Amino acid sequence: MIKNISNLGDAALYCDFGAEVNKEVNNKVIRYFKSIQKENIDGINNLTPSYNKLIISFDLRKKNFQTIKKLIENLNVINDDKLKNNKIKIPVCCDEKFSLDIERLEEKLKISRDKIYEKFFNKEFFCYMTGFIAGMPFLGDLETELRAKRLETPRVKVPKGSVGLTEQFANVYTFESPGGWNIIGNTPSVIFDSSKENNPNLINPGDTVTFEQITKDQYNNYNE
Amino acid sequence: MNKNYFEIKRAGINTTFQDQGRSNLYHIGIPFSGAMDNRNFQISNKLVGNETNSPVIEFAYQGPMLKYFGDSIKCAIAGDVKFIIRKNDNDIEGSCYQSFTLENGDEIDIITTNKSVYGYLAISGEFNLKYQWSSCSINTKANIGSNNGKRIEDTQKIYISKINKNLNDKKLNYINTKIEKIRVIKGTNFNYFSDEGKNIFFDKEFVVSKLSDRMGMRLDGPKIENIVDTNIKSEGLIKGVIQVPADGNPIIMLSDHGTIGGYPKIGVVISADYDKLVQLTPGSKIKFQEVELSSAETLFKLYDLETQNLISQI
Repeated sequence: MIKNISNLGDAALYCDFGAEVNKEVNNKVIRYFKSIQKENIDGINNLTPSYNKLIISFDLRKKNFQTIKKLIENLNVINDDKLKNNKIKIPVCCDEKFSLDIERLEEKLKISRDKIYEKFFNKEFFCYMTGFIAGMPFLGDLETELRAKRLETPRVKVPKGSVGLTEQFANVYTFESPGGWNIIGNTPSVIFDSSKENNPNLINPGDTVTFEQITKDQYNNYNE
Repeated sequence: MNKNYFEIKRAGINTTFQDQGRSNLYHIGIPFSGAMDNRNFQISNKLVGNETNSPVIEFAYQGPMLKYFGDSIKCAIAGDVKFIIRKNDNDIEGSCYQSFTLENGDEIDIITTNKSVYGYLAISGEFNLKYQWSSCSINTKANIGSNNGKRIEDTQKIYISKINKNLNDKKLNYINTKIEKIRVIKGTNFNYFSDEGKNIFFDKEFVVSKLSDRMGMRLDGPKIENIVDTNIKSEGLIKGVIQVPADGNPIIMLSDHGTIGGYPKIGVVISADYDKLVQLTPGSKIKFQEVELSSAETLFKLYDLETQNLISQI
C-alpha cells in the first residue's frame, strides 16, 4: 500500500502513499498510523500522518532506518471497518468582527457571501490530519467554487477560533498563530484542551465535521 | 511546605523549564520540545547528582537573576555562560561545569550565554512542577507544560519540593566548541531546486538570522531557486528539517516547530550536529555539507558516546 519508503534525515522514515489527495489514500495513511500505534514498537517516538504521507520518527539510540523499514514492511495493517470515527458539529459565528476575509473571498471567487456560506454550511467535511499547531484540523474537500489561494501576505496573528479556507481545505485555528488562510468566521468551541491528556483533540483524523452557523448572541452566550 | 524557593528578580529573555520533552504527540500537533542542547542539559543534571533527564531551567542570551530562600542547596550551570553568585553583597564570578552551594539570601545573576544561545541551571533536587504528557517542558506556543505553558516571568516564585543533601561538589573539564559546517542529508524535495540552487546550498555561506527561536532558525544568504513548486501538499516535519519557502531563504525546524508544513524540504540536519546547531548565535556564518545516511548514523553513535563519556567523568 505504501508506494515508497525513504529516509527523512537519519531518524525518520518518509512513507509516500502516492501523489493524490483523497479520502481513499488518506484512509490508507490512517490505517497504517493506527496499526503502528497499536503495535507500540520500542524506539518509535512519533508518527505524523498527513494527506498522503506518514512520517515515522525513531530514537537513533535504539533503532535505525533499516530496522524500522523492515518492521513497517512486515506490519500487520488493520482493516478499514475497525476504525472508529466520530461525527462532530462545530458552531461558527460569521459576524463581520470574525469574518476577516469574506470580502476578499467574494472578490477572489466572484460569488456572494450568502452563496459562500450556503455552500460551506451545507458541506460535510472529512478530517485528513491534525497539526501545525496543537489540535488544528485539516478538513476537506471544499467545492471547486470555494477554492482560493492563501493570503499573499500571511497575517502575523490569526485570532484563536478562526475558521479558515484555502484551496480544497478548511481549518480551525486552535491558538492565536501566524497564518495565511482566508478567515470566514470564528467558533467559540474548544477544539484543543490540553487538560484532557488522553484525548485533547475534539477532531481527529477520519472524523466527519459539519459547521453550524450561530448568531453573535449565541456566540457570546456559548456554553460547551 | 514550600519553604525553599527562588524569587525571580529578572526573568531574562527566554527562560523556561525543560526536560527530555514529550514524544508520540506529533499527530495531534505537539512537537517534542525539551532542552534544545541535550548534551549540556544532561551534564547540568549530572553535576548536581540528578538523573540526567530531570527538569532544569533553560535560558537564552541574557538569563535570569534569581534570589534563593531556604536550606542550603547545590546548583550547577552548563553551557558557555557568564554568571555571578552574590553572597551578602559579595560578587563571586561563577564557573560553568562546577557545582556550587547557595544559602538563604544568595543570588545567581546569569548575565550572558557569551557566544552561544542556550544555558542550563540545575539544582540538586526537584522543582515543584506540573507535568503534561510526562514532561514539564514549557511549550509557549500551545501553553503546554509547567508554569501554565508560559515562560518564567519577573517577580514570580519558583518552588523547590525536594533538596538532595550531603552531595560532594562535582566538576567537569569541558569547553563547548562552535561548528561552522552543518552536516545534512538531502531532503525529500531536493530535486525541486535548480542545479544552481543546489550548488548554492552546498557551496555558499549562510548567516543565522535574528528571527530565530526555539521553533526555528532562519538563515540569510543567497536565494535558493525552486524550479518545480514553492508549495507541497502539507505533510509532517521533524527537528532539523530545512524548508525553503518561496522567498528562497532556508528555515531550519527546531524543537518547538510546527508539526506540519507545506514548503519543500531541501535537507535535514544530522542528529549528531543538532546540539551544536542550536547554539549558533544570530550573525554566525555557516555552510552545509552533504553526508550519506550511513555516515550520519555512525557520526551520531560517536557523538552520543562522547556525551555518555563526558557524563561518566562527572
